[in-house]
Amino acid sequence: MTQVTLSALTKQFDEKSPPAVDRLDLEIESGKLTALLGPSGCGKTTTMKMIAGLLRPTSGDIGFNGESILSIPPEDRGAVMVFQNYLLFPYMTIAENIGFGLKMRKVDRKEIRTRVTDMLDLVQLPGFEDRKPRQLSGGQQQRIALARALIVQPNVLLLDEPLSNLDAHLRDEMRELIRRIQTEMEITTVFVTHDQEEAVVLADRIALLFDGQLQQFDVPDAFFESPESIEIAKFFGGTNFIPGHYEGGEITTAIGRFRAPRSAVEGGDAVLSIRPEAVTLGAAEGNSVMGRIRSHVYVGRYARFRITLGEIEVEAITDPAQVKLFNDGDEVPVTFDPAKIWVIRPASSEQ
Amino acid sequence: MTDTRIEPTGAAAGAVAPEASERRFSWRITGRWVGITGLLAFLVAPIVPLFIWSISFRWFYPAILPTEYSARAWTEVITPHNDVLGVAWNTALIALVVTVLSILLGVPAGRALGLYEFRGKRLVEWMILAPIIVPGLAVVLGIHVLFIRAGLSNSIPGVILVHLVPTLPYMTLVMSGVFANYDTDFELQARSLGASRWATQLHITLPAIFPGVVVGALFAFIISWSQYVLTLLIGGGQVQTLPLLLFGFVRSDPAIAGALSVVFILPAVIVLLLSSRYLSGDNAAVGGIGNI
Ligand SMILES: Nc1ncnc2c1ncn2[C@@H]1O[C@H](COP(=O)(O)OP(=O)(O)OP(=O)(O)O)[C@@H](O)[C@H]1O
Ligand SMILES: [Mg+2]
Repeated sequence: MTQVTLSALTKQFDEKSPPAVDRLDLEIESGKLTALLGPSGCGKTTTMKMIAGLLRPTSGDIGFNGESILSIPPEDRGAVMVFQNYLLFPYMTIAENIGFGLKMRKVDRKEIRTRVTDMLDLVQLPGFEDRKPRQLSGGQQQRIALARALIVQPNVLLLDEPLSNLDAHLRDEMRELIRRIQTEMEITTVFVTHDQEEAVVLADRIALLFDGQLQQFDVPDAFFESPESIEIAKFFGGTNFIPGHYEGGEITTAIGRFRAPRSAVEGGDAVLSIRPEAVTLGAAEGNSVMGRIRSHVYVGRYARFRITLGEIEVEAITDPAQVKLFNDGDEVPVTFDPAKIWVIRPASSEQ
Repeated sequence: MTDTRIEPTGAAAGAVAPEASERRFSWRITGRWVGITGLLAFLVAPIVPLFIWSISFRWFYPAILPTEYSARAWTEVITPHNDVLGVAWNTALIALVVTVLSILLGVPAGRALGLYEFRGKRLVEWMILAPIIVPGLAVVLGIHVLFIRAGLSNSIPGVILVHLVPTLPYMTLVMSGVFANYDTDFELQARSLGASRWATQLHITLPAIFPGVVVGALFAFIISWSQYVLTLLIGGGQVQTLPLLLFGFVRSDPAIAGALSVVFILPAVIVLLLSSRYLSGDNAAVGGIGNI
């Protein structure tokens, strides 16, 4: 059981460019699965390398169970990193690759052999012992890389996009596998992804990074229900943002006044945000305004409408059957469920 | 990281692929044969006339082969009073030490040049290339003065040191080519899996750069083994090597010179043939020589 604490962790590769990781504070709970989420180049891999001891931070500290481990070399940290591009050692067989960590720990050959076989069963590649890495597909290599890390039973497991090369079916299976092993062995696991859905499905907590800076560190549903900024809401698929003025549980906008009990701001300038799934068309139940349907798409599992409300345009995702009820150009009542509205502080550039 | 699954576009693609790969395969075999035959022709062919010289007694124009043969030259070479074998051993020993030193210094230097960007890198590259471009004689005249002061002239250590002047650049260049294509993340991965610094060098780095080291070592050995001018100047006649011995006989006794040449060339040919599999075009090490 290892709790990982990052305090003001910073990495700046050169003076001319901004830091790749910028004063990152993170409390990674022991035995939990934490996702490091963010767009390409936001510093995910850099953060992982620093935790693993493979990259020296410019400043800040990393603690395992409250003790700084900056002076401990990578091989003694008990944190194993699985790289984005798997890095199977090309001169070794699959068995030698998986057994590498145990060999370094001077485990005897016979035990290594049995444990390698067990691991290959676990990642569903039995009988692959004598193959060479280049004879494997990308997805197979990725699973071998995972097996090679798991076999040493690390205290902290760092997975850099472990599922990026798997097809949908295998990806689900591997998610289950990582989840199962992680809970069974209670390994503190950090995994990197730029896929918000994967983070939501797999993680206990998500740390969202933009440009090396932590945006929000929270349980997955918080990113949908109470994102801390418009950028965060957008990253998680939010589309409807209406500026206004917030006071006494109500927000006044150009298209009307709405009840909004849930808010990130006390009062003053604010932005009404509502997810497209929470916008309903048809019956006016209060908190409604009239809008005109501009266009719609039928996607099968759902339908997506674009509606103009005066100067503003919003998106609604509805039951697919609704395409039969409305035509483009129709006037319809548009309802924002008060429980689903989330009032955010305005984007910093608009302040 | 190739994915071997066949795309759904189907049977057609699946049927073409094996044929194409077979064709490529047979080309590669043909290419290899041309390569080996060429290597043999260039390396072995010059030895044949030398060998004939060494066993001829009478060989005058217009006869194509000698009219009379004799084992005199070879007896001379083998008799202890000429100490040919002793000199050959000396030459080999110097070449070996030079090779080992070139590896020990050239590998880290090549790593620095191939992997990292640092201020003054171009300057360092030029300094390393300089001994290859500037005639050895010019370099060595400067060094000679220094060596006399340091008491290194007329000694084997001095000769070894001066042989490093041409060998080290080659070793460094070859290794910088190797490291330019090398992903250090493999080392980090090994460290993360529990390998110490030393174990990582042994299990990860060494296998990856081994072909390059072989190629570089080969260059170093052959350059040292065939060195004449540098040995003569710094050794001051006190240090005898095969090339010096050979030159002495070239005018006075062509038959003995022929026999010596065979002794001189053979080790180089053997070493080259043994390591020929590392000299193929796919080898990153060979690419490094392109930097010259
Ligand atoms: N060795 C390095 N030297 C200089 N800059 C680097 C180095 N490694 C990373 N960077 C820079 O640091 C930033 C963050 O890189 P990082 O690899 O951590 O991104 P990432 O979040 O893992 O992205 P991706 O999702 O594409 O893998 C990038 O702008 C990158 O160019
Ligand atoms: Mg990355």
